[in-house]
Amino acid sequence: MIEIRNLKKSFGDLLVWEDVSFNIEDGETVAIIGRSGCGKSVLVKHLNALIYPDSGEVIIDGENIFELEYVALRKMRQRFGVLFQGSALFDSLNTFENIAFPLRYFTDFSDERITEKVEEALSLVNLEGTGEKSPAELSGGMRRRVALARATILEPDFLIYDEPTSGLDPQTSSEINKLIISMAENLNITSIVVTHDIHSVLEIAEKVVFLENKGLCWYGTVDEMRRSDNEELMDFITASEYQIRN
Amino acid sequence: MEALEKLGKYSLLLYRSLRSLYEVDTYKKNLVNELLKIGYESVPIVLLTGVFTGAVMTIQTAYQLEIAFIPISVIGAITSESLLIELAAVITSLVLAGKVGARIATELGTMRVSEQIDALESMGFNSVSFLVLPRVLAGLIMFPMLYIFASISGIVGGIVAGAMSGAIPPSEFIQGAREFFYPWDVTFGILKAFVFGYVITSVSCFKGYYASGGAEGVGNSTTQATVLSCIYVLLADFVLAAVFL
Repeated sequence: MIEIRNLKKSFGDLLVWEDVSFNIEDGETVAIIGRSGCGKSVLVKHLNALIYPDSGEVIIDGENIFELEYVALRKMRQRFGVLFQGSALFDSLNTFENIAFPLRYFTDFSDERITEKVEEALSLVNLEGTGEKSPAELSGGMRRRVALARATILEPDFLIYDEPTSGLDPQTSSEINKLIISMAENLNITSIVVTHDIHSVLEIAEKVVFLENKGLCWYGTVDEMRRSDNEELMDFITASEYQIRN
Repeated sequence: MEALEKLGKYSLLLYRSLRSLYEVDTYKKNLVNELLKIGYESVPIVLLTGVFTGAVMTIQTAYQLEIAFIPISVIGAITSESLLIELAAVITSLVLAGKVGARIATELGTMRVSEQIDALESMGFNSVSFLVLPRVLAGLIMFPMLYIFASISGIVGGIVAGAMSGAIPPSEFIQGAREFFYPWDVTFGILKAFVFGYVITSVSCFKGYYASGGAEGVGNSTTQATVLSCIYVLLADFVLAAVFL
């Protein structure tokens, strides 16, 4: 379980948000939504301490991660898989080596075992036979899927998706959403999805965190969101040109 | 205030590098790559720089001593001494500040702005040990070797230019060089190259590692890395001369 307690973050004089508190239960899929620039990506980077807050805590299984020594923090980070907004594949490595990268450094698997695991991961994201391609040769959707395969190769407990469908066509977005659902179901992963795509939220999420006005504006289940009369949340959903089906 | 903050960040980055020296498994593969890139791939430009520096030095020294009643073997002495004590280390380092420094800052800067460094950290890697340490270590190891290549090629260039221009026969050049040869000069040159290697790689790593702001930010970091490396090389050169000579 991840507990976020009274987080506050600012960059210089610019306050991003403050007093952000919510919980993420094991195995659930939580969507973090909000308009561009409201600090969604900044918030998820606090979950594995890639960014430190001005104040507040992120407690994972009883431990405040901001108090961990660097070695312990790195151990904790290995419990996370992260799908970055721009995929963050290593340019110098091909698809196969990108996915194999964490296995080579954090396991003592033989080359045969690594090949087997990578091929398995590639088939899970429907990219069989693309191992030799470099990231530059892949389309945006394919890069996301390779990054997803890499993020899940060490079988993490938590998976963070930062804008997994942004910039993709509706069909590819839907494929990525299906992958997110199947990852959560098959690997029993706790998923945290940053998005401003309300269609994705309804498709994949169980709970929703809505950031607005430099803080946590609304937090609840998807069903509660459908019935909510929170004005800012409704404005956001309406602006997303979505008509909630009753 | 901003300068102090940057100095603090730079010191912290190097402290983190030093602290991860024991993580050999993390950086050994990158260290081999960097030894090849900084060392082996720089040999042609270093040899070229050395040859032309030695050649020009010989011809200019001969020109300046033309009317003086000084034995011509002094041309060999001045050229080889200048190369060993100053030019081989400084000119090579200034050239490498462009070649090596710019490459390091661009690589790390691109990795930073495309979140590849965040990806490494989020996997549980020590990104400093993986990216910064092997580059700085490779600089410390390879710059002294490149200095030796530059010195030898400079002296060869001087001998050839002296012979081809008729300014000084090879035997006189070598005689002059041997008469005024002090082993300390080579030691001092190696020490300089060691310091310059550290300055160029660490400054470039710092600028690249903390790059921000997309393609423009990477461009700025690369420019700053190159310019600052050159300035700090010249400053370090002065300090070393003042302390050791």
